[in-house]
Amino acid sequence: MNGDDFSLLSVIIAVLGGAIRVGTPFIFVSLGECLTEKSGRINLGLEGNLVMGAMAGYAISYLSGSPWLGVLVAGLSGAALGLLHAYLCQQPRVNDIAVGIALMILGTGLAFYMGKSFIQPQAPRLGSFSLGSWSDIPALRAALEINVLFIVGIILTPAMAWFFKYSRWGLIVRTVGESTDAALASGFNINAVRMLSTMAGGFLAGVGGSFLSLYYPGSWNEGLSSGQGLMAVALVIFARWNPVNCFYASLLFGGAAALGPALQSVGVTSGYYLFNAAPYVLTLAIMVSTSSNNRVLTGIPGDLVNPGR
Amino acid sequence: MTIPSPYLLEALIIRKVFDDFVALDDVSLKLARGSFHALLGENGAGKSTLVKCIMGYYHPDGGNILLDNKEVSINNPRDAHNLGIGMVYQHFTLIPNMTVAENLILARPHLPAMIDWKSELAELETRMATMPFKVPLQSNINTLSAGEKQKVEIIKQLLLDSRLLILDEPTSVLTPNEADEVLGQIKGMVDDNGLSVLIITHKFREVTGFADEVTVLRRGKYVGSCKVAGTETKTMAAMMMGSEVIAEPLARAETKQNETLLEIDQLSAESSSGETAIESLSLNVRAGEIVGIAGVSGNGQRELVEVLAGQRDIANGSIRLHGETFDATRRQARLHNLHCLPEEPLKNACVPNMSVAENMAFNNFDIPPYALKGLLINRGRIRERARTLITQFKVRTETEDTRIGALSGGNVQRAVLARELSGDIDVLVVANPVFGLDFKAVEEIHNRIMAARNNGTAVLLVSEDLDELLELSDCIHVISGGKLVYQTTPSEADRSVIGQHMAGH
Ligand SMILES: Nc1ncnc2c1ncn2[C@@H]1O[C@H](COP(=O)(O)OP(=O)(O)OP(=O)(O)O)[C@@H](O)[C@H]1O
Ligand SMILES: [Mg+2]
Repeated sequence: MNGDDFSLLSVIIAVLGGAIRVGTPFIFVSLGECLTEKSGRINLGLEGNLVMGAMAGYAISYLSGSPWLGVLVAGLSGAALGLLHAYLCQQPRVNDIAVGIALMILGTGLAFYMGKSFIQPQAPRLGSFSLGSWSDIPALRAALEINVLFIVGIILTPAMAWFFKYSRWGLIVRTVGESTDAALASGFNINAVRMLSTMAGGFLAGVGGSFLSLYYPGSWNEGLSSGQGLMAVALVIFARWNPVNCFYASLLFGGAAALGPALQSVGVTSGYYLFNAAPYVLTLAIMVSTSSNNRVLTGIPGDLVNPGR
Repeated sequence: MTIPSPYLLEALIIRKVFDDFVALDDVSLKLARGSFHALLGENGAGKSTLVKCIMGYYHPDGGNILLDNKEVSINNPRDAHNLGIGMVYQHFTLIPNMTVAENLILARPHLPAMIDWKSELAELETRMATMPFKVPLQSNINTLSAGEKQKVEIIKQLLLDSRLLILDEPTSVLTPNEADEVLGQIKGMVDDNGLSVLIITHKFREVTGFADEVTVLRRGKYVGSCKVAGTETKTMAAMMMGSEVIAEPLARAETKQNETLLEIDQLSAESSSGETAIESLSLNVRAGEIVGIAGVSGNGQRELVEVLAGQRDIANGSIRLHGETFDATRRQARLHNLHCLPEEPLKNACVPNMSVAENMAFNNFDIPPYALKGLLINRGRIRERARTLITQFKVRTETEDTRIGALSGGNVQRAVLARELSGDIDVLVVANPVFGLDFKAVEEIHNRIMAARNNGTAVLLVSEDLDELLELSDCIHVISGGKLVYQTTPSEADRSVIGQHMAGH
């Protein structure tokens, strides 16, 4: 039947569009987490950075009228939270997971508190490229409305992969993450490297947050994030600590998240909440299927397996 | 004009205190230019601590370091590298998830901000031509054998144009042939290129074969130094051990070897990376015998021991203890008195941040008398038993409450051995039990294993040290590629034949 074909097609188009739209913040958060974990630390607090970034980005965009200034400040707010995480973690007998959870709560709480007055006003949003103007199918046109941050993500991904392989700093970050002994023996300052990596990772997560408030959904409210910051941690594992894989995995998660709304738009409403749970189910399924009693995860930074100090 | 000092390096009255434990008590070491200097001492004597102080890895609490008769301040290993001092650490510091080339580049003092791999690789290739041994530049470190890794470690230091090369037990992971090759090449560089070497070793064979002078430490104190020529090994051993007596090897007693206690039947298992590590391996061990497994490391030994310790799933086949299928539960291990001493016990059989007493109680903290009604732990009892074991097995630790990770390698080994060798043992699995131990500890541990055998324990001894296997085993198997490929007995054994099978021919 023609109608069915059409709705299948529109579901696919909507999922593709959603993969890009919903996936963009995942790209930034997961690249940020990837960088932090490569240095041998896990930052579970990125959810806090994300929400903080969303609030800060929106507020600055509203106050200054420049969404890009908003993005920058969102990043800086994330870097500041990253700095706090790194500082706390390098105190004796402090555990990075616990600090991460504390900072997740602190970041979201702080953002809610400071963002109260920005819930109503309308801030200028980020722009996009319309790559679908040649088509007259409105759904396709909507799906091909490519946001600028996605393009930044496309550039950032290979840049980070390149960074790890071809730059001095990339090699140093990996050394510190693989073996604190080796890093000490080479005379690298482990705490400094981890601090910078956590700050840079936090910056990216903040930028990812600004996307939520400045592009899609495109306004600031307290229910903005649905755990993207936490899921990014699973995503990095799934991506085997490889930036390029992080990019694809983000699109996959984005597509999964777009599945519910896409089905709803063609009239399938029965399992709406079930389909909305798709990314979470996907996260669980991935974690279960990639873990094994007998195998070590390939690509995992050595210091996350056998923490040195 | 002043006469140039004959010494390249002088470490004078170095003191190092950990918490309140004095690891180095005003120790001095003088190394003549162009010499091959050996640093000797029993486990925990402070050898590694001393060289780490020289490298700036630790900051000494007292003393000074002179290089070319000038006082230098070395705050971290990078400073040492800049002064031309390179060190190969006791434990590998290569990064397993990186290639050989990446590891070598990382050691350079001035890494370029961007790495042009093409020209870097070309340059490494040319420099490699002048090196005593070859290593595959593009391979990942985790695919290399222990011997190859050690060569990479040494090349890494030589590429830095080190004048002084410090080696902390560089040969403990090597076969005797590999050790001779590596040390021979380094000796060549000492004679021809004016390199100076400071080597820590437990093997007198290497001292008499390669070294010119020795310095001896005992329990954190300087004992003396002398020329190797004209000094008997007996004298050196006496300097190391002081008045302590070294145990005589325990004789192999006649045992009634009838009952088969451990049966491994067509066993297969996977490695951590998911490849087949053991393939259809079958083996029996009877009461009162030691079955040895020889082989180059990485041929399935680690996985075999892990399966027996319950740390790895069986892919296929079965294990039987007393004829009953073993499902690797705690209950069964206890029922059949199965005990395991895996290699690198600190990593594989200890919780480094728990105390010695807690680590010693892993096998029985949950049963009476250590746990009341299986619920409440009686810490007093546990510590009391630990104190007994510490005395019995001569574990050198401050107290039973010290965290086990702070003990020297040999003492961790003793502590775990004390845990596994106390009480009734029917089946004992041991892997490389004397790795990195001094000769006194080696003798002691060998005697314990032999005593267990003489008492009717079935012992499976997995070792990379052929001498150890020939000394202890009743029967030797060679493992290669996860399969047993050859069987012999010590009396009939021909080293070269065993060697060929180990190499997979
Ligand atoms: N980081 C540390 N913290 C506390 N104690 C330590 C530390 N490192 C070493 N020690 C203690 O200092 C002593 C000397 O240790 P060191 O590692 O120098 O011995 P070693 O001579 O190299 O012995 P081995 O032959 O076993 O390698 C040991 O008793 C050890 O327990
Ligand atoms: Mg040592």
